[in-house]
Amino acid sequence: MTAQPASVPVRAEPVEARSLLSGLIERMRKALRQAQGERKKGMVAALLLLLAAPAAAQTIAITGGRVVIGDGTAPIDGGTVVIRDGRVVAAGPGVAVPAGATLVDASGKWVTPGIVAGFSRIGLIEVDAVSATNDTQAQASPFSAALDIAPAINPQASAIAINRAAGVTRAVVAPVAARSIFAGQGAIIDLGGDMEPITRARAFQFIELGEAGSRHAGGSRVSAHALLRNALREAGQLRFPISGGGGSERPTRPDIPQLEDTPDFRMFEPRNPRPEDVLLTRFDAAALVPVVQGRQLLLVHVERASDILQTLALKREFPRLRLVLVGASEGWRVADRIAAAGVPVIANALTDLPGSFEQLAATQSNIGRMRAAEVDVGIGMINDDEARNIRVSTQYAGNLVALTRVPGHTGLDWNEAFAAISSGPAEAIGMGGEIGSLRPGRRADVVIWDGDPLELATAVEAVWIDGVRQSLENRQTRLRERYRVPREGALPHAYDR
Amino acid sequence: MKPALTAAAAAAALLAACADQSGDVRSASGEPRPARHVPPEDPYPSTYRPYASVPTAIIGATIFDGEGGRIDNGTIVMAGGRIEAVGGPETLVPEGAVRIDGAGRWITPGIIDTHSHLGDYPSPGAEAHSDGNEVTSPVRPEVWAEHSVWPQDPGFSRALANGGVTTLQVLPGSANLFGGRGVTLRNVPARTMQQMRFPGAPRGLKMACGENPKRVYGGRNQMPQTRMGNVALMRQTWQRAIEYRDRRAREPNSARDLALDTLVEVLDGDILVHNHCYRADEMAIMLDMAREFGFRIASFHHAVEAYKIADLLRDDGACASMWADWWGFKMEAYDAVNENIPLVHNAGACAIVHSDDANGIQRLNQEAAKALADGRRMGIDISDAVAWRWLSYNPARALGVAEETGSLRAGKRADVVLWNGDPFSVYTRPQQVWIDGALLYDMNDPTRRPVSDFELGQPGEGDVK
Repeated sequence: MTAQPASVPVRAEPVEARSLLSGLIERMRKALRQAQGERKKGMVAALLLLLAAPAAAQTIAITGGRVVIGDGTAPIDGGTVVIRDGRVVAAGPGVAVPAGATLVDASGKWVTPGIVAGFSRIGLIEVDAVSATNDTQAQASPFSAALDIAPAINPQASAIAINRAAGVTRAVVAPVAARSIFAGQGAIIDLGGDMEPITRARAFQFIELGEAGSRHAGGSRVSAHALLRNALREAGQLRFPISGGGGSERPTRPDIPQLEDTPDFRMFEPRNPRPEDVLLTRFDAAALVPVVQGRQLLLVHVERASDILQTLALKREFPRLRLVLVGASEGWRVADRIAAAGVPVIANALTDLPGSFEQLAATQSNIGRMRAAEVDVGIGMINDDEARNIRVSTQYAGNLVALTRVPGHTGLDWNEAFAAISSGPAEAIGMGGEIGSLRPGRRADVVIWDGDPLELATAVEAVWIDGVRQSLENRQTRLRERYRVPREGALPHAYDR
Repeated sequence: MKPALTAAAAAAALLAACADQSGDVRSASGEPRPARHVPPEDPYPSTYRPYASVPTAIIGATIFDGEGGRIDNGTIVMAGGRIEAVGGPETLVPEGAVRIDGAGRWITPGIIDTHSHLGDYPSPGAEAHSDGNEVTSPVRPEVWAEHSVWPQDPGFSRALANGGVTTLQVLPGSANLFGGRGVTLRNVPARTMQQMRFPGAPRGLKMACGENPKRVYGGRNQMPQTRMGNVALMRQTWQRAIEYRDRRAREPNSARDLALDTLVEVLDGDILVHNHCYRADEMAIMLDMAREFGFRIASFHHAVEAYKIADLLRDDGACASMWADWWGFKMEAYDAVNENIPLVHNAGACAIVHSDDANGIQRLNQEAAKALADGRRMGIDISDAVAWRWLSYNPARALGVAEETGSLRAGKRADVVLWNGDPFSVYTRPQQVWIDGALLYDMNDPTRRPVSDFELGQPGEGDVK
C-alpha cells in the first residue's frame, strides 16, 4: 500500500488512477445517498469525514500495552504508540497522547511492529499445483535478470489475508530461478487489504550460486561463477546511463511521478549497439547495471560454507556490489568472515538436517552463532512453505529462544529473536528506515497480540498497515464458522454465511 | 481398534495351518522326505531389543498420562524397560532407583507419528535416496516401506532429540492408489531396519485418494486419470483380493500373489489401512468402500477437510491424522482451517497430529499447541492433558500398539519424555527421552546424542542440531 500524502499522485498510470478514484468516490456517494435515504445521520457524518480526509490521516494512540519496538531493545510495560498519517510518531514509555487522537486500549496486551518475512514468495501463488496461479517461475521465458515480480503480486491472494491475520505485515518476495542463475528482481510488499501491495519494486536481484545455481548454470558451480562474472561484466559494458532499479533510486524523467513503484526504465532504452558475443539479452544486462553499480541489492542463495566465502569474495572483483546472503545454513562455520565483510544474512531459523550436501553442518544454532559473531541476521522462509505460511515466523523465532535453555546450543534472547522477524530482515534489505520497528518515522505497521507474540497460543487482536486498520477475516475463518457444527441444520451449509 | 499383537497371533495361526497342509516333512511311513522350505510366518521379523536401562524415578513433575489424565507434582517410576508406577507424591520410589528432579518440568508419553517417510526419503535428499514411491503402477500393495528404510537417516535422531518421538510409522508415498505396506518403528538408532521394527506391531497399508494418483498416471494417459478412475481401480483391486482369498482357501497350493496377499491381510484385519485423503467428500466415499469390501480404515491422513465430516468419522471410528496449519499447496488442501484438529476432537472423533515431514516431526507438540489454542478461541474447551491424546494415545490406537505404548500406564513400555518446561510452550525442549526405559537422549549429556554413520566425519558431527 502506498500511504502517500494527498498531494502526491497515487499511481503511475494517471488514467487508471482517475478511474479508480472516481469509482471510489462514486461508491461513497452511493453509500451517502443510501444513508441519507435511511436518515442515518451518524453514518452520513462518518462518510463525509472519510471523503474529507484520507483514512491514514487520523492520529491513533495505543496505550497501556507491553510495547516492543522491534529493534532488539527490551519490551516496555505500559508504553504508548502514537501513529499519524500512516507513520509512527512515537513509541515508548511516557509518550504523550495527542489531543484528538483515537484511543486504543491495549492494557494487558502486547504491541509490536508487524512481522517482516525476510524471504518469501507470498502474493505470487494462490495454489502451488495450479500452475495458472503460480507466478514464481518462468521456465519458458527468454528473460532472467530482467524479470520483475512486482506486476504479478496479487494483493487478494488468500495467503495475504491469512498471514496478515497472524500479524505479518511486510514481506520480502523473491522469484524462483528457472533457466538461469538469475531469478530476477524481487520486491518488498505489504499485506494490506487493498490493491496497492508494493512497498518497493525491484528492491533486489536474486541469484542462485549453490547447488541450484550449479543446476541452472548447466551443471557445475564452475559454470555458475563464470556466468555470474560474465553477466556482471556485460552489464558493466553497457555504456549508456540507466535509470531506475534498486527501488530507492528516483527516476530521472520529470514526467513520471516520484513513486517507489515506478516502471522499469531499463526496459525502455534500447539505445547503443552491443558487441555480438554477448550471452545476456539487452534487458537482462540492463537489469544488472544497478547491481554492478551498487544501487540494487544482490541477494545470493548459498548454503555451503565454501560457497558463502566465494560469494563474499565477489566484492574483490566487483567492489560496489551490495550483497545479502540468503540461506547460509553453514554460515556459523564462517561467521567471522561474514561479519568482517559486513554482509547481512537472511537465514532459515530451524534448518538442522543435512537435506543436501551443501547443508551438512546445518544446526538450529546457526542464527544464534552468527549473531554471536555480530553478523546481521534476519529470519526468512527459504524454500520452506514460503508462499503460504510465513506466519510461522513467530514460532520459529520462539524456537531460537528455546535454544538458550539447551546446553551446547546458541539461541537468541527474546529481544533479538523478535528483532530477527522485524527490524532484522528490514535492515538486511535496506529498509530499516521504513519498516520493521516502531521507531519514529517508520511506517505504522502495528500489531496488538493477546500475549507473548512468539508463544504458540498467542493470537493477533488487531493489525494496522500504514496506519490503516486491517480486517482479520479470511477464507479460513469463514470456513471455520460455517462448519462449527459439521451436520447440516435446516438448510445445507451453502446457506450459512 | 484391534488390539496390538493380533498380527503376530494371526500369523502364527496361519503357520499352523500351513504346517497342516504342507509342512509335514515325514511320510506316513515315517521316512524322512527331502526338506521343503517353509517360509517364516513373519519375514523380515523384528529383532528389536530394548537397550540397557536402570530403574529410574522422575519426581515432582507435571504428568500428562497421554489418555487425558494430568497429575501435578507427579512421580513416574520406570524399571525393567516398563512403566512401574505413575502417581502423585505418595508414589513409592524403589530403593536404588536413579532419582531425577522433575520440579518445573513435564512428563509425557513419547510422541508417536503415524505418518513419516524417514528412512524412505532420508537426508540428504539425493536421487539415490528417493525410495518412497514405487511409481510404476497405481496398484503396488506388494511393496513394503520397510524395505526402503535407511536406518542411517539423520532425521531419526532429530525426531528423537528435538521432537521427543519414540515410535513412528514409515509409510510409502502417495503416488499410488495402493502404495504398499507401512512399518511401525521404534525410534532407536540401528544397523538394520529389523532392529527398529516395533515387535508385534501390525503393518499398515498405504492408500491414496485424490490428486496424486490421478495426476501421476493420468499424465501417462493411463488409469486413473480422474477421481472416478481412482475409485474404480480401487474397487476392482479389492474385488480381486476377495476372489484371490476365496481361491487360496479352496486351493491352498495355487499361485501366491504377493500384492493380493497384502490386501487379504487387510481384509482379515491384520494390516491397518492408512488412507491419504484430503477432501471430505472423498473420505465419505472411502468409508463406503470400506463397508463394501469389508475392511476398516484406521486413519485418514492429511485429512485437511476432516472438520467438514467429523461426525461421519466419529460414527465410523476412523481416526484423522492432521497438520495444524498446512494448507493451499494444491486444490485438495485449499479448504484448510486452523481449527481442524480441535473440531474433529470436539465431534467425538479420533484426532491425531502427524508430520509427513522430517522437520515437522521435530515439533509435533508445537503443532498440537497451535491447534489447541485456535480451538479454544472458537470456544472448544480442551485441557492440555486431553490434547496430548492427539500426540500419543490416539496415534498408538491408529497403529494398533496402544496396549504397548502411547500412555503412561503401569506395565506399558517406558517410552517417556521429560520436557524442560510446558511442552505446549515454544520455549520448551525435550530434556531426556527414554525408549523402553533406556535413556537415549539427554540434553545435558553429549554422549547421549546419536550421530548417524552419515554424519560421522562430516562438518558439524556431534553438534547440537
